[in-house]
Amino acid sequence: MNIPEGLLYTKEHEWVKIEGALALIGITDYAQNSLGDITFVDLPEEGTEIKQTDTLATVESVKAASDVYMPLSGRVKKLNQDIVDAPEIVNQSPYEKGWFVAIDITDEAEKDSLMTASDYKNYVEGLA
Amino acid sequence: MEQTRLKQTPLFKLHDDLSAKFAPFGGWLMPIQYEGIIAEHNWTRESASLFDICHMGEFIIHGDAIGSGLDNIVTFNVSTLPLGSCKYGFMLNKEGGIIDDLIVYRLEQEKFMLVVNAATRCKDFNHIKSNLSTEATLDDISDHTAKLDLQGPVSRDVMTGFLGPNILALKYFSFLELTILNKKAIVSRTGYTGELGFEIYIDSEQALELWNRLLKSEKVRPAGLGARDTLRLEMGLPLYGQDISEDTTPLEAGLDRFVDFKKDFIGKDILLEQREQGLNKKLVSFISDTRRSPRHDDKIIAEKKEVGQVTSGSFSPSLGFGIGIGYVENGYDWLGLKIAVKNYRSELAAQITDKPFYKSGSARK
Repeated sequence: MNIPEGLLYTKEHEWVKIEGALALIGITDYAQNSLGDITFVDLPEEGTEIKQTDTLATVESVKAASDVYMPLSGRVKKLNQDIVDAPEIVNQSPYEKGWFVAIDITDEAEKDSLMTASDYKNYVEGLA
Repeated sequence: MEQTRLKQTPLFKLHDDLSAKFAPFGGWLMPIQYEGIIAEHNWTRESASLFDICHMGEFIIHGDAIGSGLDNIVTFNVSTLPLGSCKYGFMLNKEGGIIDDLIVYRLEQEKFMLVVNAATRCKDFNHIKSNLSTEATLDDISDHTAKLDLQGPVSRDVMTGFLGPNILALKYFSFLELTILNKKAIVSRTGYTGELGFEIYIDSEQALELWNRLLKSEKVRPAGLGARDTLRLEMGLPLYGQDISEDTTPLEAGLDRFVDFKKDFIGKDILLEQREQGLNKKLVSFISDTRRSPRHDDKIIAEKKEVGQVTSGSFSPSLGFGIGIGYVENGYDWLGLKIAVKNYRSELAAQITDKPFYKSGSARK
């Protein structure tokens, strides 16, 4: 299970990479592996404001559809159109090419509610 | 723990060693995927896949086709079934509802094998027992019978290489009884994928060795029930308990060709009535206009009203679109009708189409 250091994580298996007031968001290796082959990704429009824990995106695998939640409140600044056109990128590269959106963070304090890589690792191991 | 109550096939450990993902199915803990559903699906369409189908049930009936009551239990004619042939059809209740779908093999003039679903095995056994004459015998051989399916366009080459040229003569829905690994086995030209393929029945003790032998060919890879489900759905084949059940009749499911009205069978009266008076609901096939998929229990909307429900839906790896089947009210079953498929999360546009969705299957080649 790949859990890179330096990212922050949620219990719903999203990751966040913070760069100043910007955050890049995606789903974890654990998430893509549990979902199996991802066949469809539905992203919000650029400019949409979404609160922490509200639905950010929908991903469909062969077997089921699932929601991806917003790890931090923010405004969607940029979408990864590549994963809409070729959803398998999320399976192949969940932390790099398979990012979902970039957002402008609206509430810095919410970062405290996220897990570090080692916390998330313990959390995932507890799920087995 | 629920998992401790689920049954395991003789190949469970082997699947686990292959890092398969498991899920409960019909009371069994079954391998759903190894490498990935789409890869396994595509490999089955291009080459050949091996499936562990040991969960399914097998019964043996000794008795006259008609005198035993068997012919009356199923919707097709058993008395005219030639030796070495098998046939697909249904067992119905008195209301015409489907107790199970099954295949009957004529092993001898007065000996038959019935292959039934895992989840319905006990129910089927009791139903058959109570409708069988006292002279006939019924035995459940499932616990010591393994079933492995080899499916895909190159499966005949693989089987011929393993078992010899006898296999070449096997026609669609016929079978051979032969000796494999020093045990009696049955090989039929049947399957649930739409591809050229074989189903092998053998003593459970031989399952592991047979599995390993067939996988020796580079052309063969293991596939799980996940790919089996997308393969069968692309062919428009129903899954018992999901697309057909005791609440649906073969006519509502559009499976008329597996019902022989020239003979008697339990439930026939209701089917005749339905045929005369028309159906209240009809199973239809539909294709999404995107990669987004219809899902089980989604609502079907036509002309702005709810007209039905999705029973099976998935992304179609072969077509690259979402596909589904489901029941709609009478009058909303015509080809080309534009529908919407809706759940709490989203709504997608789809169109009623004919089946199979995938039209290049090699099953009859």
